[in-house]
Amino acid sequence: MTIASSSPPSRLPAGGATEAHSTPRTRRTEAGGNGGDGRLAAVFIAPALLGFVVFLLWPTLRGVYLSFTRFNLLTPAEWVGLDNYVRMVNDPIFWDSLWVTVEYVVINIGVQTVAALVIAVLLQRLTQSAVLRGIVLTPYLMSNVVAGLVWLWILDTQLGIGNEIISAVGVDRIPFLADETWAIPTIALINVWRHVGYTALLLFAGLQAIPNDMYEAARVDGASEWRMFWRITMPLLRPVLAVVLIMTVIGSFQVFDTVAVTTAGGPANATNVLQYYIYGSAFGRFQFGYASAMSVALLVVLSAITILQYRLTRAGRTDLG
Amino acid sequence: MTAVTTTTPTRVRPARRGFPFGRAVAWTVMGLIVLITLLPFYWILRTALSTNAGLSADPTNPLPVDLTTSGFERALGLQSAEEAIAQGGAGGGLDFWRYLLNSVLVSTLITGCQIFFSAMAAYAFSRLRWRGRDAVFGLFLAGMMVPAIFTLLPNFVLIKQLHLVDTLLGIALPTMFMTPFAVFFLRQFFMNIPKEVEEAALLDGAGKVKIFFRVVLPMASTPIVTLGVLTYITSWNDYFWPLMVSYSDSSRVLTVALAIFRAQTPATGVDWSGLMAATLIAALPMLVLFACFARRIVSSIGFTGIK
Repeated sequence: MTIASSSPPSRLPAGGATEAHSTPRTRRTEAGGNGGDGRLAAVFIAPALLGFVVFLLWPTLRGVYLSFTRFNLLTPAEWVGLDNYVRMVNDPIFWDSLWVTVEYVVINIGVQTVAALVIAVLLQRLTQSAVLRGIVLTPYLMSNVVAGLVWLWILDTQLGIGNEIISAVGVDRIPFLADETWAIPTIALINVWRHVGYTALLLFAGLQAIPNDMYEAARVDGASEWRMFWRITMPLLRPVLAVVLIMTVIGSFQVFDTVAVTTAGGPANATNVLQYYIYGSAFGRFQFGYASAMSVALLVVLSAITILQYRLTRAGRTDLG
Repeated sequence: MTAVTTTTPTRVRPARRGFPFGRAVAWTVMGLIVLITLLPFYWILRTALSTNAGLSADPTNPLPVDLTTSGFERALGLQSAEEAIAQGGAGGGLDFWRYLLNSVLVSTLITGCQIFFSAMAAYAFSRLRWRGRDAVFGLFLAGMMVPAIFTLLPNFVLIKQLHLVDTLLGIALPTMFMTPFAVFFLRQFFMNIPKEVEEAALLDGAGKVKIFFRVVLPMASTPIVTLGVLTYITSWNDYFWPLMVSYSDSSRVLTVALAIFRAQTPATGVDWSGLMAATLIAALPMLVLFACFARRIVSSIGFTGIK
């Protein structure tokens, strides 16, 4: 199964299609001419294939191999069998960082999906303004590093405007990024701020595929916006929503940048997400074998979640026409 | 970014029957969302134009406190060490233009090559006929499933063995040739080009290579630009991989430099003014790029629903 096979908004969104397309077709047949284009195809595919094999296929296999070795970059990798995996299973910090990562993903995805859905529906039902869509997308242009720094400043315990407002309201200042309980939710929400616009636009594109007459017909029948949302929007958006969810979950499991610039894993390992731990093991302690084993574990977790999600949400099927 | 942000949402469709109250609530929510989205940007600017002393004295002032450009001077390395320390910065200078140039070089190299090679592959996958095509394409698609983190360590080992650590090429190489996503994205589009267009060109005596350059690429300019800008933004903002690969100024890109700038700033009494100025300088190129292409991207982003 692949995510791609369920390609949600395969139609061309309005305005995005080039004017040249008078009669778009989706035929799979190639251009005329008899016989194959083998030689030419080989030339055309060569660079991409080279990149694919060298930087994707080979590293994937090599990563699996390295996870069975002791390797510190300086001496050749030494085969140690399942040692790294045994160590991993017995490593409390590994389980802790996996748990922290899951906590992050749940908060991040939960808030982001709901918020993106609200934004997408508002963008569709309220106005078609491209300016508004542009505004919503602006945080996505920032790097995670920039987003992390800005919120680090806004949420600063002493001088941050966020805390100034909180204390003006009469609540105690919150050490958002310096407190063990607050740190992960805070980082999760910072990344929601950065990514929610992009996710909203993906959902918005899915919403555009729902024929407007459905809403018109429902309105004639006296349905409220609320009812239309649950009876029309949600069911028809489900496949797109499912794919977006799978993507965003995979993405958010790989959280690193924001943690690196805001808390660096602290306080007391409270934000030591899996990717940060992997990075530390490899580049802090030069345990490339162990780091690879943890990467394999992450890959397994991600694959399992993806397959499960795909099944549960029936992402491959559409209810639309 | 002004082009994108100055207009407030005023284009309301003629009110539909009923629910004016609901619409008012909805607009309020939308307004709130816009506020949360944009206020941090203003706060960056306001902080960058303040002095550190002013910031601690008057943290809630909505306007810059003691309006000054010294934060920018510090971020750009224009101040002497003594001067910088006196104003709450770190003594270490930052070679900002160097990092900016590095970022531009890396992002341009990645985007240019990746889009071009991916387009070539997409053309082979969509409009050329050859044995094993579907199998190879299936392999590419499967590659989309491998999370980036998984290939990063082995790729680092490879780049190290190629002696490309701490070079711009080392940063660019892994994503320079293709991403499965880019190939998939463009193939999807090329398949929609009508056969007749190609046949007409063939009748005129054009070869397939010429068709690719003269017919297919121009026809696909909109998705190519969209993909290009998104790729540029992604590679510009990338932090993890450049952090792994670069060790010195010679290959340091802006995101990494910014994180280092943050790490250097005094732990007690952070140089917020300088940090926000640096943040703004790092973010500005993408805001400008986006402002130029915003309309195209925003209306065609649905394509990328498969990312």
